[in-house]
Amino acid sequence: MLKVENLSVSYGAIAAVKKVDIEVREGELVTLLGANGAGKTTTLLAIAGVLRNSGKILFRDREISHWSPEKVAHAGIAMVPETRDVFADLTVLENLRLGAFTRRKDTQGCEKDLAGMFELFPILEERRTQPAGTLSGGEQQQLVIARALMSRPQLLLLDEPSMGLAPAIVDKIFDYIARLKQTGLTILLVEQNARKALTCADRAYVLALGEVAASGSAREISESSDLAALYLGG
Amino acid sequence: MTGQIVQFGIDALSLGSLYALMALGLVIVYGILKLVNFAYGELVMVTGYTLFLLNGSPLPWLVMALVAVIIAILTGISTELVAFKPVREKSVTAVLITSFAFSTLLQNFVLLFISPRARQVPLPDIFTQTVELAGVIVPLRNLLTIACAFIMLGLFSWALKKTVLGIALRAAASQFRMARMLGVPANLIITTAFAISGLFAGVVGILWLGRIGSVVPGIGLEPLLVAFIATVIGGMRSLQGAVVGGFLLAFVDVSLNYLLPQHLLQFRDAFTFSFVILFLLMKPDGLIPGPASGERT
Ligand SMILES: Nc1ncnc2c1ncn2[C@@H]1O[C@H](COP(=O)(O)OP(=O)(O)OP(=O)(O)O)[C@@H](O)[C@H]1O
Ligand SMILES: [Mg+2]
Repeated sequence: MLKVENLSVSYGAIAAVKKVDIEVREGELVTLLGANGAGKTTTLLAIAGVLRNSGKILFRDREISHWSPEKVAHAGIAMVPETRDVFADLTVLENLRLGAFTRRKDTQGCEKDLAGMFELFPILEERRTQPAGTLSGGEQQQLVIARALMSRPQLLLLDEPSMGLAPAIVDKIFDYIARLKQTGLTILLVEQNARKALTCADRAYVLALGEVAASGSAREISESSDLAALYLGG
Repeated sequence: MTGQIVQFGIDALSLGSLYALMALGLVIVYGILKLVNFAYGELVMVTGYTLFLLNGSPLPWLVMALVAVIIAILTGISTELVAFKPVREKSVTAVLITSFAFSTLLQNFVLLFISPRARQVPLPDIFTQTVELAGVIVPLRNLLTIACAFIMLGLFSWALKKTVLGIALRAAASQFRMARMLGVPANLIITTAFAISGLFAGVVGILWLGRIGSVVPGIGLEPLLVAFIATVIGGMRSLQGAVVGGFLLAFVDVSLNYLLPQHLLQFRDAFTFSFVILFLLMKPDGLIPGPASGERT
């Protein structure tokens, strides 16, 4: 479904991602691991159309390397960014409505999905008229995941959904991710929490200094102990 | 006494209405692009000259005014196309210069093809009529200004809350990149912001001309300055701030008009600016700092 070939991204003189190849097949949950600064976020942002890049990004056999973020969104790729980026002064409900911007004509479907999101994340329904900026970190994370899902994406890019959250909430988030995978959604998940990510992923890539240092099935990656020591923090 | 209060109230409210609309027109673009449009005042100028050029045409005045506002909107959109779009991703300084350049270009065009001197614009009688309210004579145009502003502010805030485009505009003002990642087209948002800016400037232009009766090439400087100061007072990041800042600035201006002795009245602006400086020393972020905003795009 997604094929990244020879992707390189640099910020001025700094080459953050160098000749990276990644593939995500339909229905798969692929995780992208690596230490801080390895280039994970950069890779996701390039796929989302935000960063200028060289190389090839193919989505459903169409080259999207140089598409604008809005065009990528319309093609069916949704992003949950590391920085969360809730629209702080918009209400929870408005944030969710905007998540469905690409399919706003389908009002009935949107209302139905909204109800679905509230079922999945009850706290959001409780907070629906509250400005999103006043939510706690964990609630904001639920909101941005729900916001991304409102577009009914074909591919979901998740950047460190567990960052800064209490262990109980982290478990809950991974629970949601596992459930999403069961619905058949294709997911590319970036995580610091390698062990957790590997338990729910099909395959994994390990980035180091902007390059793919290892790749394979989730089991292979978690079993190779030297990798763990080197890149996954033991 | 009540008469004086009514008089003061209407003066302050009507000037405040104008200032608030001016400020909103400036801040709507600033909110999205984090850039000040220095050609903003020329939107008011364009409105004035359109009205002047239509003078003597068989059109009813309301249609002339409508055409003038439409021209202001189109000029706003062309500001974006000519001055902003080509350079806005490169540097802030570049946009500063191109928007100044566009402003100068428009002014010089008028100087060259129309005249450096003031030109009368057609105005219906309503702008010169007066009514009696609580024993005081009030110019009808002041009431008209207040009504216009409240209708526009009401419609605008309704549209921002209830329409998808309005919600998208607000979202883009706080996290432009994220809004784009949800599929909101950047160009649509930016063009809309400039069009709204033109709409406000056009309406302000009509009401402003209703007060002064004629148009000169430099007419845009004062609205730009007022809008800029009002937004700084109110807080550059929020729309409510711009409105509050506009009314506050007008309140100060009108108070000075009433309080200053005759021989100091010509220095009113010096007093106003002193107030603004003192105010900013105490509240450097303005009255309503607004949400922490995303990066410039
Ligand atoms: N806007 C930027 N300007 C300059 N350099 C940047 C920028 N963003 C990221 N970098 C650099 O690019 C490299 C990769 O950053 P990236 O954010 O992709 O890492 P990451 O793998 O997501 O790390 P983390 O786990 O800490 O989120 C880093 O060395 C970082 O310093
Ligand atoms: Mg990152």
